[in-house]
Amino acid sequence: MLGSGLLQGLAVTAKNLVGSFHDPARLTTVEYPEQRTKLPEAYRNFPFLVSENATDPMGTLRCVACQICEKECPPQCIYIEKSKDKKPDATGRPQLYPTVFDIDTSVCMSCQICVEVCPFDAIKMDQVFEIATTDRFTALLLDREQLAKPNDYYHTIHPTEAAEVDARLAAERKAAAEKAAAAAAKAAAAKPAAVAGLGEAGAPGSSTPATTKPPAA
Amino acid sequence: MTAVLILIAVATLCTAAVAMALRNLIHSALLLIASWTGIAAFYLWAGAEFVAFAQVLIYVGAISMVVLFAVLLTRQSRADVAIAPGSLGRVVLALIAGGAVLGVLVGAVLSTKFANSSATTPTVTVKQIGQSLGGAHAAALLVIGVLLTVALLGAVVLATTDRAEKEDA
Amino acid sequence: MSAAWTNIATSAHSLLERLPLLARDFTTDWLPESARWLANSLITIATVVVAFASLFALLTIVERKVLARVQNRPGPNRVGIPFTKIKLFGLGQPLADGIKMLTKEDIVPRAADQVLHFLAPVALLAFSILTFAVIPFGRQLVPLELDAGVLYFFAAGAATELAVFMAGWASHNKYSLLAAMRALAQLISYELPLLLSIVPVVMLAGSLSTVGIVEKQAGWTWGFVPHWHVFTPWGAAGFAIFFVAALAESNRSPFDRPEAESELIAGHLTEYSGFKYALFFMAEYFGMCALCGMGVTLFLGGWQAPLPFLEIIPSYFWFAAKLLTLLFVFMWIRATLPRLRIDQLTRLAWKFLVPLALINLGVAVFWALTADWTGAIRAIRWIVAGALIVGPFVLIGRKLSSGIAPRTYRYAT
Repeated sequence: MLGSGLLQGLAVTAKNLVGSFHDPARLTTVEYPEQRTKLPEAYRNFPFLVSENATDPMGTLRCVACQICEKECPPQCIYIEKSKDKKPDATGRPQLYPTVFDIDTSVCMSCQICVEVCPFDAIKMDQVFEIATTDRFTALLLDREQLAKPNDYYHTIHPTEAAEVDARLAAERKAAAEKAAAAAAKAAAAKPAAVAGLGEAGAPGSSTPATTKPPAA
Repeated sequence: MTAVLILIAVATLCTAAVAMALRNLIHSALLLIASWTGIAAFYLWAGAEFVAFAQVLIYVGAISMVVLFAVLLTRQSRADVAIAPGSLGRVVLALIAGGAVLGVLVGAVLSTKFANSSATTPTVTVKQIGQSLGGAHAAALLVIGVLLTVALLGAVVLATTDRAEKEDA
Repeated sequence: MSAAWTNIATSAHSLLERLPLLARDFTTDWLPESARWLANSLITIATVVVAFASLFALLTIVERKVLARVQNRPGPNRVGIPFTKIKLFGLGQPLADGIKMLTKEDIVPRAADQVLHFLAPVALLAFSILTFAVIPFGRQLVPLELDAGVLYFFAAGAATELAVFMAGWASHNKYSLLAAMRALAQLISYELPLLLSIVPVVMLAGSLSTVGIVEKQAGWTWGFVPHWHVFTPWGAAGFAIFFVAALAESNRSPFDRPEAESELIAGHLTEYSGFKYALFFMAEYFGMCALCGMGVTLFLGGWQAPLPFLEIIPSYFWFAAKLLTLLFVFMWIRATLPRLRIDQLTRLAWKFLVPLALINLGVAVFWALTADWTGAIRAIRWIVAGALIVGPFVLIGRKLSSGIAPRTYRYAT
């Protein structure tokens, strides 16, 4: 009969109206500043720099200032200055490090290309979305100190991806250590060429993972 | 009380006059509606509540809509409102027609014998109006009703013929 | 003992019942006779305007809450008492909205018709407030007792759509103008069923006075069925038609064509901002309240209590309760039904509501002619009257919905 559809619709809305008061599971929203939902793992907005440990973030940055991300960045929001000296990285090998690493988040378009091209897994996408500031010029330009976040944090926001990265890095380091050990043994056997051989063995070992690295999820 | 009457009369006449003089048709229509409201106010002043509210309901509520609709649907642009008369013959014809209507109205007013102003306002309730309409004047009411129904049906017929032919074709 | 209690109860009740009038007389008692009339009127006007303005403020938040709850959200619940942590379920929201509206810039488009653009919200609000004059809010509580009260109400109400047209036309904006045209079309379509649906009430009550119509609905059959018009076959049908037409007259969803956001931005409100916008909003809610109040008066027994023993509670409370219930149903419908297309809207009015209202008129005549039927024959009266209205409803409904099947979805379930 005409009108029965209207009554059915009214019944549905009435059920929602009453249900939303006594059944909290029905509520589709959360009260945002107090309650928060877990962001989906694939969510990303702006990049951050991964450091190995939280106590000394500047000393343990994975970034070696190779400037690939700076060149690849489509809106050119990354600015890097290389260091003159070398500092030992996580594996103890002396590496260059960025003295300046700035990202202008007002320009960044969250494309994740910097993450894709980084051979050292040193830059990853962050999930911080509360980035409103009162100063749109300097406050949106993030420097090295603001960008550096420990690896543990990376594990909390992208667990599966971070586990993959860690496994891969561990495998690489193990392979590099074995290679170095083998080279050292070789060098011990043939003493004259020792110094030059070690330097050449290290370079291909660290650059090969970039080509075998799977595309990011 | 007379002051109120004069005020109402001046307001009604002014709005009507300005409505005729304006070039903007929508303004004219709205002022015409104001003038009708003035007439309703006059009825109210005279104590004819029922007629006053009926006047507002029908003229301000319904006829005004039809007038505005007609203006909006027919007007092409702001410029097409002709102000100057087409020819001298038209002016003469318009003056003759207007003068004739004025003559009839003035004649009617002059020939009517007004009751002495000492007569008090008759107190008529809505109930009495209803009884008189349903009793003594029932025939007139029915005739008007039939007339309006015929007009309505005619309008419906006029409006639908076009469409029916199209659907047949 | 019990007699004493009854005595106290009745005197307390009568005191409560007369409280508004007593308060008014108390305030104006010291004035001379000639000025007292004016003062009393002014107090009445102020009370009505203040009461309905606060009701409007309350309705804005309640409506948003109801809509939110229907969509399984909590709704606005942040604004409470300023500078404290007390939130009061967000009841401070209307105040915040009001301050925002008042402090916003008032923009008038350069091409707009300045005078009409200014006049439209004023006229709309004025006409909306005028309609409250004849609604009996309680026993002896009617601002203006008119012989032709019902007629007055609809005369004042009809003028509001004119203001909507003025707003739309004066804005010099095509969306506004389209909204104005739609408003006119809607008014012409729905004024007729609205008026036809109340004719039976006027006929059966034998009065155009709102007070008289409410008094006609006093009393109970068998002590518990009130003599409200809605509890008769013609009254139920009339109320349904009145309600649908009232939804359309107050431009409420599903008949909110004049301000269909998805196609007309904000309709006639597009070029309005700041306080003028707030005035429009206020007028819309006033119109809604007035029409609901009229529905309560004509069909739901006005200020009469639903059961004899509930008469202890003062009459104005019952009026408010019925008014709020109707307003809630307005919101409920808004939360449920999608907007009608313009041709569906006019078709509903002319092909469905108007014929039904005319048939309902016939049913009312039958009801009036058989008023002296008593005993078992009364059941026949009910059955015949019911069949006379339900039969055409089913037939017209079947004819209108023939060929229209429920929509099927290929990809969604």
